[in-house]
Amino acid sequence: MIQFEKVTKRYPGGQEALQAIDFKMDAGEMAFLTGHSGAGKSTLLKLIALIELPTSGHVFINGRSTTTTPRWRIPLFRRQIGMVFQDHKLLYDRSVFNNVALPLIVASTPRQQIAKRVRAALDQVGLLHKENAMPMALSTGEQQRVGIARAVVRKPALLIADEPTGNLDPELSQEIMAIFTRFSEVGVTVLVASHDQSLISSLNRRLITLDQGRMVDPGIGANADTGVFTGDDGNG
Amino acid sequence: MARTSKHGASLKPHARNPIRKGVGRGASVRKKAASLNLSVGGLLGHHMDAAGNSLSRLTTQPFAALMTLLVIGIALALPTGLHLLVQNARLISGEWANAVDLSVYVTPGTSEEALADLSAQIESHPLVDGLIVLTAAEALEDFKALSGFGAALDTLEENPLPATMIVRPNALDENPEKVMELAAELQALPRVDLVQLDTEWVERFHAMLDVVRRVVMVAGILLALAVLVIVGNTIRMEIQQRRDEIEITRLVGGSDAFIRRPFLYTGIWYGALGGLISVVLVTVAVHLVGGPVSRVAGLYGSDFSLRGLADLQWLWLVLGAVVLGAVGSWVAASRHLRHLETG
Repeated sequence: MIQFEKVTKRYPGGQEALQAIDFKMDAGEMAFLTGHSGAGKSTLLKLIALIELPTSGHVFINGRSTTTTPRWRIPLFRRQIGMVFQDHKLLYDRSVFNNVALPLIVASTPRQQIAKRVRAALDQVGLLHKENAMPMALSTGEQQRVGIARAVVRKPALLIADEPTGNLDPELSQEIMAIFTRFSEVGVTVLVASHDQSLISSLNRRLITLDQGRMVDPGIGANADTGVFTGDDGNG
Repeated sequence: MARTSKHGASLKPHARNPIRKGVGRGASVRKKAASLNLSVGGLLGHHMDAAGNSLSRLTTQPFAALMTLLVIGIALALPTGLHLLVQNARLISGEWANAVDLSVYVTPGTSEEALADLSAQIESHPLVDGLIVLTAAEALEDFKALSGFGAALDTLEENPLPATMIVRPNALDENPEKVMELAAELQALPRVDLVQLDTEWVERFHAMLDVVRRVVMVAGILLALAVLVIVGNTIRMEIQQRRDEIEITRLVGGSDAFIRRPFLYTGIWYGALGGLISVVLVTVAVHLVGGPVSRVAGLYGSDFSLRGLADLQWLWLVLGAVVLGAVGSWVAASRHLRHLETG
């Protein structure tokens, strides 16, 4: 599903965010991407979502290189990926329903299907009763669940999340991770970036560890040992 | 659901995908075909949504929107008004445009016989198509009737007017110099006092009108550019205000066309409403000026009245404004959306 081949990402100014990254994720696999702030986790996810292009090397998503994807195809490409963000990236001037409907609206989905699918997605994150609420009226945890509902409303084969529990207390974080685990159990490939070491080690999944832009542990195998990580895990 | 991209074909949801339970292959193909059909309807629906949303967005900042619309309306009304002015001027001079006749004034005191001889002589000239003879008495009657000085003229002891011949040359259109030649020849005839080329001042008037018309055209182009800039600038500010929304829409797979759409409709609305305002402005202006113009025309014995926007001209004006709005917003949106992406 995901394959990185000697991927280097250098930002203008010479800062190397990623250096010679090689790793692979199979379809249906769930993995955590870990490392401290600045280790390159966000950059790696951005390369998957085609928000950035690698400076050298290749990123293959389902066998297709992101480098050769023409500009006009990027939206179509992104519609196949569900993305969850630390800051939720919700639109605060419209209802929960309309936020979750956005990925369907941009794809010109007929209205009657939109209602059905939005409710299905909200049901999966346990927020069906909040569809008419405005995001501001929701708690942070609920807002994040709206973000997840939006990410899965198109039933993507790949779900990526950048610090989805960054602002949540441990209990809510567990809940969010449980939602991701559920998606993984029904066949969605899930890659979650997180520096919350205690949370992710409790889930006993593959850990991909980055440190200063280098891969210290690709964590091969679904239940690989997590022992390599030694860094300060911040305020997680 | 219909996956529209080739990526989609390769990035199929996993068979165990939660929402896609127990759909057989045949059913899924049928479903795909059906939803492809529907998604055309979906696109139309979203276009209408975008148009509606753009309009209602204008009303959230009514004062700012109204100011912009007024500026657009005035910018369009100016060249339209000037154009109408030129059109009306051409209308007034339209009849004169064909007046290519020569007026031949006969020396006063010429006898009736001599006048008949002269007219026969002129009529036989190869360049002359025909002529009308006005005797001195007839000329006086005409003048009395037209000038309004009837009573004053009655007090004159003798007729101050000469006999006149209105000579219509042929072949003027092909060769204006020939007419000048003819005028010179007629002038040389005995008993001819003066030959006047009636068309001279009409031609000058038309030449001036052409200059004015060109000025109006240039002003029109400049003001159309101004409308483009106004719309473009308005769209740019709106894009700045909605950066977050644009970014998020991009992240969930909104295409450039989708993101541009609401801004295009905003531009189209600005054009349409600004165009309508300019129609109203021009119509009001024509009404304000029309009354006095008719009075002046009446004093000159003409039933001329100022013409406003004819038939469907107002519609063309609005359509033109819509095009300007669409182009202005298209350029601004394409430019600034691209800028947002890289910046």
